[in-house]
Amino acid sequence: MNASELASSYELVVIGGGPAGLAAAALAAKAGVQTVLFDENPGVGGQIYRGITTTPVVNRAILGDDYWAGAALAAEAKASGAAIVNGATVWTLDPNRVVGVSIAGQARMIQAKRVIVATGSMERPFPIPGWTLPGVMTAGAAQTALKAQGLVPTGRTIMAGCGPLLWLLAAQLLRAGAKIEAILDTTPRINWLKAARHVPDFLLSPYRSKGLALLREVKGRVPVIAAHRVEAHGKDKLAEVVFATGAGERRMKADLLLLHQGVVPNVNLAMAAGVAHRWNSRQLCFEPVVDADFSTSVRGIAVAGDGAGIAGGTAAAERGRIAAIAAVEVLKRGASVTNVQTLRQSLAREGMGRAFLDTLYQPAPSFRRPVGDTVACRCEEVTARQVRDTADLGCEGPNQMKAFLRCGMGPCQGRLCGLTVTELIAEQRRSTPEEVGYYRLRPPVKPITLAELASLPKTEAERKAVER
Amino acid sequence: MARTADVVVIGGGIHGCSTALHLALRGLKPVVIEKDYAGRHASGVNAGGVRQLARDHAEIPLSVSSMALWERIEDLVGDNCGFESHGTVLVAESEAELAGFRARVDDLRLKGFTHEELIDQAELRRLVPAVSEHCPGGVVSRRDGAADPFRTTQAFRRRAIERGAEVIEGVRVTGLSRVGDIWRVETSGGPIEAPKVVNAAGAWADRIAAMLGEPVPLTVIAPMLMVTSRLPAFIQPVVILRGRKLSFKQLGNGTVVIGGGHLATPYRDRNQTVLDWEKLAISAATVWELFPVMRQATIVRAWAGIEASMADGIPVVGPSATSEGVFHQFGFSAHGFQLGPGTGAVMAELVATGKTNVPIADLAITRFGSTKLSS
Repeated sequence: MNASELASSYELVVIGGGPAGLAAAALAAKAGVQTVLFDENPGVGGQIYRGITTTPVVNRAILGDDYWAGAALAAEAKASGAAIVNGATVWTLDPNRVVGVSIAGQARMIQAKRVIVATGSMERPFPIPGWTLPGVMTAGAAQTALKAQGLVPTGRTIMAGCGPLLWLLAAQLLRAGAKIEAILDTTPRINWLKAARHVPDFLLSPYRSKGLALLREVKGRVPVIAAHRVEAHGKDKLAEVVFATGAGERRMKADLLLLHQGVVPNVNLAMAAGVAHRWNSRQLCFEPVVDADFSTSVRGIAVAGDGAGIAGGTAAAERGRIAAIAAVEVLKRGASVTNVQTLRQSLAREGMGRAFLDTLYQPAPSFRRPVGDTVACRCEEVTARQVRDTADLGCEGPNQMKAFLRCGMGPCQGRLCGLTVTELIAEQRRSTPEEVGYYRLRPPVKPITLAELASLPKTEAERKAVER
Repeated sequence: MARTADVVVIGGGIHGCSTALHLALRGLKPVVIEKDYAGRHASGVNAGGVRQLARDHAEIPLSVSSMALWERIEDLVGDNCGFESHGTVLVAESEAELAGFRARVDDLRLKGFTHEELIDQAELRRLVPAVSEHCPGGVVSRRDGAADPFRTTQAFRRRAIERGAEVIEGVRVTGLSRVGDIWRVETSGGPIEAPKVVNAAGAWADRIAAMLGEPVPLTVIAPMLMVTSRLPAFIQPVVILRGRKLSFKQLGNGTVVIGGGHLATPYRDRNQTVLDWEKLAISAATVWELFPVMRQATIVRAWAGIEASMADGIPVVGPSATSEGVFHQFGFSAHGFQLGPGTGAVMAELVATGKTNVPIADLAITRFGSTKLSS
């Protein structure tokens, strides 16, 4: 579908085609709601099910059963009657639910009665010395290349970090034939003590058996070394990884370093729409304030999936359905939908192991709050020292910091430095991330070209459709 | 007991901070009350144009006196504020438009102002090589330039504090009352007493005026701006249009700021603006036509700052008509940034001495038919 074929308004606009978005669109469309789903990738699936309808990785054992569960969601959404538009980048959403979308270089403004933001999560920044060198990338990017193109790293590969996804990707890469020299486990030892009280819940959760099996699978094939400092060294590209262990400093030659220390909600679109956010002190990130139906502080806008706080893919689909039911109740009163109570119960069950995982895999402060010349903002090449010094001079928040250092003002719109800058300011000023706050995000949340913007239709009828 | 000061300045924008600095330089003790933080709104997020060009006659004297301060801004505030002077060019898109510009420039010369200079197509092409070929000429103000607005406001704030001013942020004014010769300013952080008050509250200034029984017809506006990713350097002066709404400049880092006065919807009680992308698309189309070199540029951010606009497009500067000891400094109608340094100096002179040599009579609040001085 191209931009000019879109209706000027929809009852429900779903943004993002991962589990939350697919489940939400399917449920709403089946209940008779006029629904469009915009997804910026060539195919649906989001990150977790990326390439679900197109992946060249046909051996189902490599990506695993949890990945292939996405196929049913995609099929259900496709059959539901929802308009599913891929290659559609949503670059603005405002509090009046006007959605700006670009498809193949053509922009359109669409009015929605309800919006479900299902923009999911992104990887937490991992600012270590040398993280901007070619040859250093996020584990998520490597997973994307595997799912979408079937690409497997060659050469000497080291992984570093912590979190369930690190182990999942390691297992997937190994199954696909990659060789991993070592995994540097940065999980702080003290986290095991802190997480201990959450063990009983975790033992009852679906994560337990899957997680332990993954750990066994990976640890049987790759040396796992506990590290409390990791640096990427090299002149023009990565040459070696230097890390500190309990037994002293070690060095390993490497061609590829894959970094990962968990995922955090991708808040840019919801924040730009004016949705109220708060600091989650267990997950160490900002998340939108939502009610039991995932409605936000802005009327008519819900955030479902990991964008509303990290809970995983299965929970994301359930959250999407719950948000969709709330939309159906307003838009198509009396339509028959799934019992929301059942969904809430399975969502609660899904969440049981979360406290344990969140606490265990909380990244160490030294991996979140860099020092010295380590780059904090990659777009504008701002170092940790600059941010710390400017905070010491009296700069109280990230928005003032933008004006002093331009950090967060590049094309990534702060995705790669937002949390780092907030935490650095909080540390220097002996404040809290909650107090310090986050960048005030401005649309377009994804860059658009001047030509694209100039292509917006400007007829009277179009204007009337959006001005109310 | 209430804290005391010589002057309470309401509002920590460029105007409030500039007035506080100039008051402090005169040996007075000002306290600035700012409900958010200094430069949070229009002062921190405007286009940064430092422009004498194309101003209303009533504010030209202020603008000219301000320009003199801009040219020694580092001496004044201890920071160069990112100020660079490459001129502002008003581009004529037709011969008819150019004829109108010629009449204005001639008229200004008769009044003794020489900062605006008519230029032909050759000079236009020399100053702005990237401009589209259909433009026959324009007007240049060669001493104009641009600065970094937030940095400038912060520099005034910092220097004001160094010279003895106090700046209280995150505190809002809730009431004003007169006790003898003293104004008692009620704030969310407790009362402050001072003989003089300056209302530099920007988009919220009408509420302060209303507390004084002096309602003014102020419109809250939010002019939209957008900025591109970095491009190779291709233009030095700030470019503005008259017929179509456009202002345009490339910063030192290569990014291009596009503005011109299309408005977002402001919600001043929520510190929020909602952008109008249909209108930004008009700006994009204008740039697309005028600067072919920009066609593949990427827009990375758009925003709007909340400020006050008066019906006649010129600010309110001068004493209150109802309340002795109170002075107004607001309503700069989308072109107050350049006026900040000079207006602060004039206001400090007015507060300290009761008069100023810079002609500001046409900017008095009485032009809106306010009541006479009551006390």
